[in-house]
Amino acid sequence: MQSEMTTDRIMADEVSLSIDDTEVTVPAGTTVFLAAERVGIDIPHLCYEPDLGLPPSSSCRLCLVEVEGARTLVPSCSYAASAGIVVRTDTDEIREIRRMVIELLLSNHPHDCLTCEKSGDCDLQKYAYELGVKAPEYAGELIPPQPVQDGPAISYDRTKCILCGRCVEVCHNVEVTGAIDFQERGFDTHIGLPPGLPRDQSGCTECGNCIDVCPTGALSFVGAEGKGRTWELGRVATICPYCGVGCTIVLNTRDNRVVKVTGQPGLGINHGWLCVKGRFGFDFINHEGRLTGPLIRRDGELVPASWDEALDFVAEHLTQIKQEFGPDSIAALASAKCTNEENYIMQKFMRAVIGTNNVDHCARLCHASTVAGLAQAFGSGAMTNSIEDLDQATTIFVIGSNTTECHPIIGAAIKRAAQRGVPLIVADPRTIELTEYAAVHLRQRHGTDVALVNGLMNVILSEGLEDEQFIAERTEGFAEFRASVEPYTPELAERITGVAAEDIIRAARLYAQAPAAAIIYSMGITQHTTGTDNVLSLANLALLTGNLGKRGAGVNPLRGQNNVQGACDMGGLPNVFPGYQKVDDDEARAKFEVVWGSSLPASSGLTVVEMINAAAKGAVKALYVMGENPMLSDPHQSHVEEALKKLGLLIVQDIFLTETAQLADVVLPATSFAEKEGTFTNTERRVQRVRKALEPPGEARGDWQIICELARRMGSEMSYSGAAAIQDEIAFLTPSYKGITYDRLEQGSLQWPCPDRDHPGTPILHVGRFTRGLGKFHAVEFIPAQELPDDDYPFALSTGRILQHFHTGTMSRRSEVLGALVSVGVIEINPQDAERLGIADGQPVRVSSRRGEIEINAVVTDRVTPGTLFLAFHYREAPANRLTIAALDPVAKIPEFKVCAVKIEPVW
Amino acid sequence: MSRIDSLQELDVRRQRLSQRKENALRTITLCGGTGCIALGLPQVYTAFEHEIQQRSIGDKIRLKRTGCHGFCEQGPVVVVLPERFFYPGVQVDDVPAIIEQTALQGKVIDDLCYTDPVSGCKVAYEHDVPFYNLQERLVFRHNGELDPTDLDDYIVRDGYRALAKALCEMSPEEVIEQVKLSELRGRGGAGFPTGLKWELCRQSPGDDKYLICNADEGDPGAFMDRSLLEGSPHAIIEGILVAAYAIGARKGIIYVRAEYPLAVRNVNITLQQAREAGLLGANILGSQFSFDISVHEGAGAFVCGEETALVASLEGMRGMPRPRPPFPTQSGYKGKPTNINNVETFANIPLIILNGQQWYRAIGTKGNRGTKIFALAGKVRNTGLVEVPMGTTLRQIIFDIGGGIPGDHEFKAAQMGGPSGGCVPAQYLDLPIDYDSLKEIGAIMGSGGLIVMDEATCMVDVARFFTDFVQEESCGKCTPCRVGTRRMLEILTAITRGEGRLADIDRLEQLGEMIKQTSLCGLGQTAPNPVLSTIRYFRPEYEAHIHDDKCPAGVCQELITYRIDPEVCTGCHLCVRNCPQNAIAGEPKQPHEIITDRCVKCGICHDVCKFGAVVIE
Repeated sequence: MQSEMTTDRIMADEVSLSIDDTEVTVPAGTTVFLAAERVGIDIPHLCYEPDLGLPPSSSCRLCLVEVEGARTLVPSCSYAASAGIVVRTDTDEIREIRRMVIELLLSNHPHDCLTCEKSGDCDLQKYAYELGVKAPEYAGELIPPQPVQDGPAISYDRTKCILCGRCVEVCHNVEVTGAIDFQERGFDTHIGLPPGLPRDQSGCTECGNCIDVCPTGALSFVGAEGKGRTWELGRVATICPYCGVGCTIVLNTRDNRVVKVTGQPGLGINHGWLCVKGRFGFDFINHEGRLTGPLIRRDGELVPASWDEALDFVAEHLTQIKQEFGPDSIAALASAKCTNEENYIMQKFMRAVIGTNNVDHCARLCHASTVAGLAQAFGSGAMTNSIEDLDQATTIFVIGSNTTECHPIIGAAIKRAAQRGVPLIVADPRTIELTEYAAVHLRQRHGTDVALVNGLMNVILSEGLEDEQFIAERTEGFAEFRASVEPYTPELAERITGVAAEDIIRAARLYAQAPAAAIIYSMGITQHTTGTDNVLSLANLALLTGNLGKRGAGVNPLRGQNNVQGACDMGGLPNVFPGYQKVDDDEARAKFEVVWGSSLPASSGLTVVEMINAAAKGAVKALYVMGENPMLSDPHQSHVEEALKKLGLLIVQDIFLTETAQLADVVLPATSFAEKEGTFTNTERRVQRVRKALEPPGEARGDWQIICELARRMGSEMSYSGAAAIQDEIAFLTPSYKGITYDRLEQGSLQWPCPDRDHPGTPILHVGRFTRGLGKFHAVEFIPAQELPDDDYPFALSTGRILQHFHTGTMSRRSEVLGALVSVGVIEINPQDAERLGIADGQPVRVSSRRGEIEINAVVTDRVTPGTLFLAFHYREAPANRLTIAALDPVAKIPEFKVCAVKIEPVW
Repeated sequence: MSRIDSLQELDVRRQRLSQRKENALRTITLCGGTGCIALGLPQVYTAFEHEIQQRSIGDKIRLKRTGCHGFCEQGPVVVVLPERFFYPGVQVDDVPAIIEQTALQGKVIDDLCYTDPVSGCKVAYEHDVPFYNLQERLVFRHNGELDPTDLDDYIVRDGYRALAKALCEMSPEEVIEQVKLSELRGRGGAGFPTGLKWELCRQSPGDDKYLICNADEGDPGAFMDRSLLEGSPHAIIEGILVAAYAIGARKGIIYVRAEYPLAVRNVNITLQQAREAGLLGANILGSQFSFDISVHEGAGAFVCGEETALVASLEGMRGMPRPRPPFPTQSGYKGKPTNINNVETFANIPLIILNGQQWYRAIGTKGNRGTKIFALAGKVRNTGLVEVPMGTTLRQIIFDIGGGIPGDHEFKAAQMGGPSGGCVPAQYLDLPIDYDSLKEIGAIMGSGGLIVMDEATCMVDVARFFTDFVQEESCGKCTPCRVGTRRMLEILTAITRGEGRLADIDRLEQLGEMIKQTSLCGLGQTAPNPVLSTIRYFRPEYEAHIHDDKCPAGVCQELITYRIDPEVCTGCHLCVRNCPQNAIAGEPKQPHEIITDRCVKCGICHDVCKFGAVVIE
């Protein structure tokens, strides 16, 4: 009986059918369309496009085929192949029907192919041509062309719309926004927002994915109009330079300008889908403000200089300072925006040429606590699992991550999971988009994450939900840990965090009882004086429930910058060489000394905030900043400014004259991501190729070329034939990157560790064994934030990002579309507080802390709880970091951006 | 109300109810259907109440508001029991006489009696009215008798006995077998075998199964589902319960249009009654079977009667169909196996279970068992709801039950099956009608709408009218239906305006066939029926419009002219006084003349002329 059933099942798994007299065998459930594709039969199709990965709507009726014995013609895109059916895809009758379908569509379509943006790339045009449809037979009523542009980015012309529904499908089931839908009915049916609802209130994020999937010219990019059609555009696939998700984008260029950015169906970890920044945030590339030549400060003014002048100036001064004050008087900021190769060269320059470990970068400000905490617990400070794993998670716990705004493509994946019924736990003091989808929203007080997570673990232990086998076999330190969480009963946790004990219990059960539960976190966890503790707590939680080393689980920090993972991997940190090989490890240092041909310092260098402090004290004399903007990104702005001004030499290498560059002694014009070859490593440790699409503006040069030239002028030869050659050196010195070559990357991206050239990469870390051997529990006690509200400064201020802008705005605020969507910063205040203080929605307010004050408009919203405020840090005119505190986590040295005490008052 | 927890308790309750001594002398039943309400029933009802109260005869005369009696044209309808005195078109002023003479004295009031339009005879009793006595009212059996919101009134008429029988004496498979053997076909229009559908749903893997009652009666001319839900809601609930037991569903939904407020109200009341009586909810009739029903009010899109569109609408999405397979029985509401049947289908279920499939199979024709309710309307004397066995001829329905065509006009055609049905010409008057025979002649059973047309109806105009409806109601999803039906409408409109071209008839046929063959759902697949069937049977009428610029029926305004026959005109001047355009010239007592330039062809002169002098050409 058993064997019979098995045989049946194997046979049932595959079906054979006949298509146009060709026998084809496909897995059961395959559609006739895809079965035909297998034997090289391309059935005409308009509404359906298999490459997009969207379900068929079967609405255009172009792909109808004949199945012997079927009552009617069937749509091949949705009709499942079954055993023995006989299919004909190209009879006279079917051809005639296809002609009529196209004729009907053309009968309600403007015949302006001559000037249509989509010409040459339009599926309707293609089939009209192929089927020989000239003037439509059924001419009738035509709605006059009337493109609707109700936002800055998207234009919809209903007369060109064939109502395939792809855009609606993307909006509802990929983006999970559901902003647009079919409107009205019959001949008047069109796609639109709900009647009467303006786009900015519809939930539409202007991601523009609807435009990408449109088979005709109905949806188009406003900004690309008249700038070139498909055959006139160059197309280069590269990696988005915004957040750490690492989406593959396609730069469509003409005449050395970016015309538009599109996704490539199915390509990259984003499968071709983009967010609003990754779609429209690229005006900066061709911006008139780009630096096109070096600048040197003369008589207090930055004036143009030649490359020779500038490089000699820098080389001479650095040599002089090194001689006079020693190598440790020089520090550098590597860059999370630059490629792996450039970061590698920067840290090599600092270590081998200057002779100091004073190299750090903005990872210090976002995930230093992750690197520290996860390395302690697991031995590797990176995201344990892959983005794709979210499809396998049976519970998702998001804490301290406003994912849909800060990592939108992952945010959408979480929403899709929730839509499928996967329980979502969201811990965030604010109401964020994800809380709408959450089974439980834990609204903890600022800076009480350790108490909250300890509370969850207390419940898990008291209810016996822990994974005993995992704990016994794969961890250490459990007994001490267990004792440490015992006091954190749900009731105590409620008193500390403000989250109801019953919600803590519910969340604990949801998390612990799931076969695979994923933790997603971001800067809400890391940017605290207890950042490392917070990370350790989450590591404890995953260890306790065995949610490591398997699909759909893990501890998953979402990295903030496109290459912050790579910059860390490349040793852009003061204590490690590339691949986290410790500078105080004699063996490692010896290896680098041999390859680099110079002796290297063994003691750790300064971290970001320490560099600033040292500069303020005069201990650091020269600072070399590559692609960073500490004036806006670092805490306590006035202190940063004071320190930078005190430097003997400030070198800024950037693409714009940033707030930091304006203080520089020398400004070196660098290339943007669009103008160079290289690699970025995304948040899931995936090394991906960045490809050159444009020539750099003016005399701008690649970062690694500039540094190598500098090294040469300082007497050290650093010479490479190209980025690939640098990667070869990285691979030679870095075990986790050892198997990665440009040749391999051309075939597809690779996730480290990739220890040899045949290794497929590692989607999930710690399978079977932790990097450090056993997973280590840590006893973590709750410690409150450094600066809590008091009578003078009664509000807790939290800072963060919004969807439409990024970091210090250097890139995003130069985008026309992003600027039109959000032009000015706002501070969020709860209605209760607003009423008490007499602050109206939209009213200007003054916000001050012990360190400074800003003026900004208020938004009155219950997204924030009473007594708390939220402010994004993108705005130079109202810089959040004028208010923040430079209090540091003692281990990771990350500043506490997420909590400081402020007061707020209306400005009349 | 106490719970009924077993078959025995139900029997006891029914016996007790039937033995309850009826103290009243007579019962006055008033049709509480929407048609009669529109014709003034509430006022008449109040007048009866008032009269009874004034005379203090509440113990002798009972007043009862029932469901729809079906003879809507004659509303408000009053029937006095037990004799079944039948009074149509009752007005408030008639009330005292009915109380005094009929209710109290048992005497018939001749003046209030119904006059049979065919024989011209007065008819005193309901069962002698041809409209009723030629019908076979099975599904409608209780509609005119019981108070729809009185559970006991249903129980005493064997209510819920079929459910009890199914639950206590039959396995789900046996129930399905009975329904399969009965050859009941879905009354929603397509006529899919109901038992087979249940079996497919039962066999679909998964424990979560849904059962939906499709009460989204979209054809504007059909109202039998409305009438059943208003008048016999408990019977529908019982049918749903039996089906749910058979397929193993746990939750049911009645999808009813919000435009049916009385149906919604009565269903909600009866659901609550059933719940309180243990006939709905957990452990129904004390058995292991648990099931509950909720009501979803639809927003009135025609396409939502289509199963997959209905499911999408229930799920909160726009009501648009999706390709089948998978069929709802495999993957329907929330992706779970879902059985969807129409109201009238459910109404048949208690009959089949209670009387057995063999009894049921004796009604109707082979492959088309049972009765069908038609909504009779148009150029026919008796309009209303007509229930007849499958296989009844059109002639019986239109002439025997419907009383024929008013005036001295001739039957021309009947539009069968609603807006997407087809026109049936006179040559098929004696064709026994059922699902298969209708399909063969280019019509469908569809909603059961039956619109009678006489020779003053232009068939091109009829085709245009129905095409206008379906193209408006197309959901807009698939190309042939969305664009194709609009193009057909445009061609038809051109023809009725005299702008048709020679090739138009071929183009209509070509488009129509293409739309039928390629549309995504039943709406599009049947939308061209009115056009194709009228071309099939009335092609010369199309040709006359195109070739001769003539509308033979004299309907299409652009193709007709009004002329005054000077031989007949007496010069009475009546037409001149009524013409809104001052388009008629002529001295009194002299033959008049129409000034064609000014005439807007409103037809008023034709209607007011007492001598038939105004002729249409």
